[in-house]
Amino acid sequence: MIYLHIFWAFFLTNILGYGGGPATIPLIQKEVVDHYHWVTAQEFNEALAMGNALPGPIATKMGGYIGYQVGGYIGSGLAVLATVAPSLILMLTLMGLLYKFRKSPQVKRMTLYVKPTIAVLLGVMAFESFYDSYFQIGIGHILLLGIGSYLLMEKVKVHPGLVVFASLVYGAFIL
Amino acid sequence: MKQRDIFIAFFRSSMLGYGGGPTTIPLVQKEVVERFKWMNNEEFGDVLAIANTLPGPIATKMAGYIGFRIGGVPGMLNAIFATILPTIILMVILLNTLIQFKDLKWVQGMTKAVVPVVAVMLTVLTWEFVQSSVKGLKWFFTTLHILVALVLIEFFGIHPGIVIIALLVIAVVKPAKTSEKRAKQKGLSI
Repeated sequence: MIYLHIFWAFFLTNILGYGGGPATIPLIQKEVVDHYHWVTAQEFNEALAMGNALPGPIATKMGGYIGYQVGGYIGSGLAVLATVAPSLILMLTLMGLLYKFRKSPQVKRMTLYVKPTIAVLLGVMAFESFYDSYFQIGIGHILLLGIGSYLLMEKVKVHPGLVVFASLVYGAFIL
Repeated sequence: MKQRDIFIAFFRSSMLGYGGGPTTIPLVQKEVVERFKWMNNEEFGDVLAIANTLPGPIATKMAGYIGFRIGGVPGMLNAIFATILPTIILMVILLNTLIQFKDLKWVQGMTKAVVPVVAVMLTVLTWEFVQSSVKGLKWFFTTLHILVALVLIEFFGIHPGIVIIALLVIAVVKPAKTSEKRAKQKGLSI
């Protein structure tokens, strides 16, 4: 039963997430934290930090990790399968049809119309993370870590892995 | 030989790309088009455009499809595993190591300190989605759309999946504008 739930959770989130792996993150969070309670919001955030610090696609890392925590190797494999297979199978089987309609406004609109909703989901997740953090470490540390990591990642273009590592060191010694 | 090249191409592009699958796409293009010359730029652009119209992660769809075209089913599996497996293994090992030391005070500090950093990453990602919405929908409709989605999902508690399905239906059913129709005819006639 648990395997069925794992497959369903990751199938659902990835078949609804338009705009690549990152778009599926808030949907995954909704399923694994709010609906199935497999991990807490805090654990999800830790996994997301680690996922962002490591290279490669994010959705499969989240699926592989959470699947493993809930259902071991089989759970991990199923979560990854549910993440990758449905849209790949669609792509392989419908290639001819999709190629013909790749410039059709309807097809282009599908991705575009979903984007603002994905932005809402991501924005709410960001807000909740700041909110949780406020009760954990207070406004001073949030400002320091938040502004510091923003400047390093987005302005100085330091590798996100190094920024996460720096925040871990900060947490180990100061918090 | 071919399977080895497939593995190298996708392993390298995935291990060098940070910030999720979409950032690995230019690296995949470099390997597939420039280094191994498995397809030309235009073909790659078409495959990418099609991958973008389908839901779910882009990088694995690209890897799966390109791997399949070059090396059949073994090539497909090879490309996908090269893209995702190394980082999943690292993820499981690193996080479970962290969990084992969860009760130590300094490890708790680490897990707390990482939350604002994740929040910043999510904020940046949110802004990227807003910007690309504005490009296609303009500010007025983007704002309207965001407000409606926010109210429906957060205040009425409607599952985001239902909102997304409704939007997809609207995208398909709504008739195209004349300028869009012209573009469509042009696209089809090529």
